[in-house]
Amino acid sequence: MSQAEVLEQTRLKPTRRRKPRWQRMGVGGYIALGIVTFLSLFPFYWMFIVASNGTDEISKIPPTLVPGPRFFTVVSNVYEALPQFNQALLNTVYVGTVVALAQVFFSAIAGFAFAKLNFRGQKFMVLFVILTMMLPSQLGIIPLFILMGNLGLIDSLGALIIPALVTAFGVFWMRQVIDAQVPNELLEAASIDGAGVFRAYWSIVVPIISQSAFVLGLFSFLATWNDFLWPLLVLNTPENFTAQVAVNQLKSSYAIDYALNMGGAFLSTAPLLILFIFVGRRLVRGVMDGAVKG
Amino acid sequence: MSQTTVGKARASKPPSPWKPAKQPRKANNPNAVPSLNGRWGYMFIAPFFVMFLIFGLAPIIYSIYIAFFNWDALGTQEFIGLANFSELFIDTRFWNALINTLDIWLLSTIPMLIMSIGLAAVLHNPALRGSTFFRTILLVPNITSVLAIAIVFGQLFGRDFGMVNIIIGALGFEHIDFVQGTTSSHVAIASMIVWRWTGYNALIFLAAMLAIPNELYESASLDGAGKFKQFIYVTLPSLRNTITFVLIVGTIGGLQVFAEPLILGGSFNGGDSGQFSTLTLFLFEQAFVAYKWGYAASIGIMITVIVAIVSVINFYITRKIAGDGR
Repeated sequence: MSQAEVLEQTRLKPTRRRKPRWQRMGVGGYIALGIVTFLSLFPFYWMFIVASNGTDEISKIPPTLVPGPRFFTVVSNVYEALPQFNQALLNTVYVGTVVALAQVFFSAIAGFAFAKLNFRGQKFMVLFVILTMMLPSQLGIIPLFILMGNLGLIDSLGALIIPALVTAFGVFWMRQVIDAQVPNELLEAASIDGAGVFRAYWSIVVPIISQSAFVLGLFSFLATWNDFLWPLLVLNTPENFTAQVAVNQLKSSYAIDYALNMGGAFLSTAPLLILFIFVGRRLVRGVMDGAVKG
Repeated sequence: MSQTTVGKARASKPPSPWKPAKQPRKANNPNAVPSLNGRWGYMFIAPFFVMFLIFGLAPIIYSIYIAFFNWDALGTQEFIGLANFSELFIDTRFWNALINTLDIWLLSTIPMLIMSIGLAAVLHNPALRGSTFFRTILLVPNITSVLAIAIVFGQLFGRDFGMVNIIIGALGFEHIDFVQGTTSSHVAIASMIVWRWTGYNALIFLAAMLAIPNELYESASLDGAGKFKQFIYVTLPSLRNTITFVLIVGTIGGLQVFAEPLILGGSFNGGDSGQFSTLTLFLFEQAFVAYKWGYAASIGIMITVIVAIVSVINFYITRKIAGDGR
């Protein structure tokens, strides 16, 4: 089976037509999927329930299971506790976008070189990229913290952006994508027509990989949005907080106010869920295309 | 590994007689396009390598360096050889963190693996309706922040009014103080990890299952194998590489777990008696609470060694178990 056929099969098309009828779908399968759907969505529902009812309504037996009237009170409490919450959301969008664009750009050109160009030391460098993906990310965190201090980037968004501009994973992923999706014949034809490396990359590779590059960008954006510990370590002033640090800030009061916390969690998660409605299917395809098969 | 098979298929193609092979003396990349000037490759990879060396590799190497020092945030820098490591080996907090980490890893990995393969098998059924919807739902837990989810799970596992304890109480059992107990806190943390990763891994397994040729199932079914036997004798052996991949990626992530316990406990301690302190949490506590950077760096190196050892063990075990199935 060729790579193209394998990719084709994993696309989100209805698989019923192409498959024979020797497999039947039982009720048990739907029940299992129903339970999984419920469990996957329940925490988000529960966030809203707690945030809209307040802590007192939740702290009783049996607890309330339907939305209450206090959602906007809780939201205003969140903004009262941390007036910079909107700024934090904007900061997160800004950092996430810059990081996503940079990662896509640098990963795509390096991935192209690794997949399609022939140069000395290449094998070693590919191996190097793969090995570094296996290193625990916390291994260098102390020197990175010192380095950020020396560069004067502590308590600035630059401390989040600069170390995240390139990742070994992104390069490896784009190399796989370009190897699988861009036929050598096209590039050869282009170079016979007089296109140089840049021209071949720009007019052949880029259009073909744009979908996969978009998926990589989305994953970088989501990872940046959800990153928690590093922003907590390097950011101090509320004007520079990201959404996660802002939500964590709500937590640090001595008595846990569940409604306030869940309100903050809800506000920081809602944008992602809305984004997911539009891009969820592409993300699924990206995860499945990148899977190791067989 | 689909990529390597493609490479082999290309290499084994008979050379075309009318197009003389213009191979360079050394083929560093057998899949490369020969007519493109490879020298430009250095320029294409340079931005990645320069930034990666500065912000990725240099800190790691520097971290190995300071592990041999008594180095703190105030400026003490004293070479002490392997003293950090020998201190670490008799530090009960380290062993406690190691045991907690392995326990949480086991409690999360095994259920996650079984459930995700099962889910993938259900989704693999060609008669399933709404498969796009279910696939998309499976990815929702994976895209949300650990922080938001840990807040929700922390409430759900609460001692007095948490949903889990209300259900346990309704069934007639005593309420469990999930955060205070050792095993119970590990269960709570593992459940967050399982919730986050089961759907994602189910999609990985589904992609692998869709790549299995239908003929295998057809001939198995002609031989009288039912659905269950088909799953055991056709599906599972074909997933060998994927299971290895998921296990190794899960191990690398699982042995570095820190966000869930950090948020559950609200500090780097990992609970009042360190009952859910993990290796990475211990590293951060030493680095950013105690400011013992040299000691923290030596913990980081130990984490790397442990991850490597467990990954290799995983690799051989999955090879052994799944390898005989062909």
